[in-house]
Amino acid sequence: MEIPYTVSPRQDTGLNNAKLGIWLFLASEVMLFGALFSSYILLRVGATEWPRGADILNVPLATFNTVVLIASSITMVMSWAALQMNDFRKYRLYMGATFMAGVIFLIVKAIEYGDKFSHHLYPSNNTFMAIYFTLTGLHGLHIIGGMIVNGYFLGPGSKMWKTEPERFTNRIEVAGLYWHFVDLVWIFLFPVLYLL
Amino acid sequence: MVTPGGLMSDTHTDEVKKHVKIYVNVFLALMVLTVITVAVSYLDLPIPFAIVLALIVATIKSSLVAGFFMHLIHEKKAVIATLIVTAVVFLILIFIPLFSETNKVTY
Repeated sequence: MEIPYTVSPRQDTGLNNAKLGIWLFLASEVMLFGALFSSYILLRVGATEWPRGADILNVPLATFNTVVLIASSITMVMSWAALQMNDFRKYRLYMGATFMAGVIFLIVKAIEYGDKFSHHLYPSNNTFMAIYFTLTGLHGLHIIGGMIVNGYFLGPGSKMWKTEPERFTNRIEVAGLYWHFVDLVWIFLFPVLYLL
Repeated sequence: MVTPGGLMSDTHTDEVKKHVKIYVNVFLALMVLTVITVAVSYLDLPIPFAIVLALIVATIKSSLVAGFFMHLIHEKKAVIATLIVTAVVFLILIFIPLFSETNKVTY
């Protein structure tokens, strides 16, 4: 059975199904991270003392990761733009760069985690470390999820470009929406955990 | 119409090129705002003021990402309606702690 509205928009929503689907998923993601941010506020407001993130965490490394993630957002959107201009070679270049940015982000995160563990800082130490590991850990899992999808579209999934180019272009747009959302979450996590 | 190796209208290509220019400008703006976020944190401002300032900058950055990279500014009503509902419920969720009795408990 053929899946309907993968390319053409539905008349009632004006969107193809993939796009509406990803936005509904992202809405649920907002609630997931929203619940955790809400918990953060509750814990912080209720705490008698709260450490300054910069005193415990590595701000230069996190700033570097912020730059990496924002850069990956532009390479992601450029990969979609390249497909719209029929330039598959450029698409692979930009999507490859997006994937590599994900790898770099995770390596830096692993270095940060390793440094915390070597100083015997674990989620069980205090509320701040618990919320730090929960939020950054969940965010890291989202990065891994995005990299699996991007890796698929860089490799075996890219065959679709030859048979159904418009559908493939839509898929990259949808994958991009998810990736930008993950970037967006980090934009809040960075100041909230590291700088305040 | 996108086809591998196929022809595309010049107007469409020009349109995409115009968008690419916007993406680059948004990227540069995000970089500048990141520098501002970090620089402000070194000023040792009073905590409440620092929180408000950091959240304002983060909101501007996220609006740029959502507006341009996720092209929300040109998006259809169905998406906007979904997001408005999400935003309202999200705000309720965020403000629940403020009305909670438990915030008087120390941890």
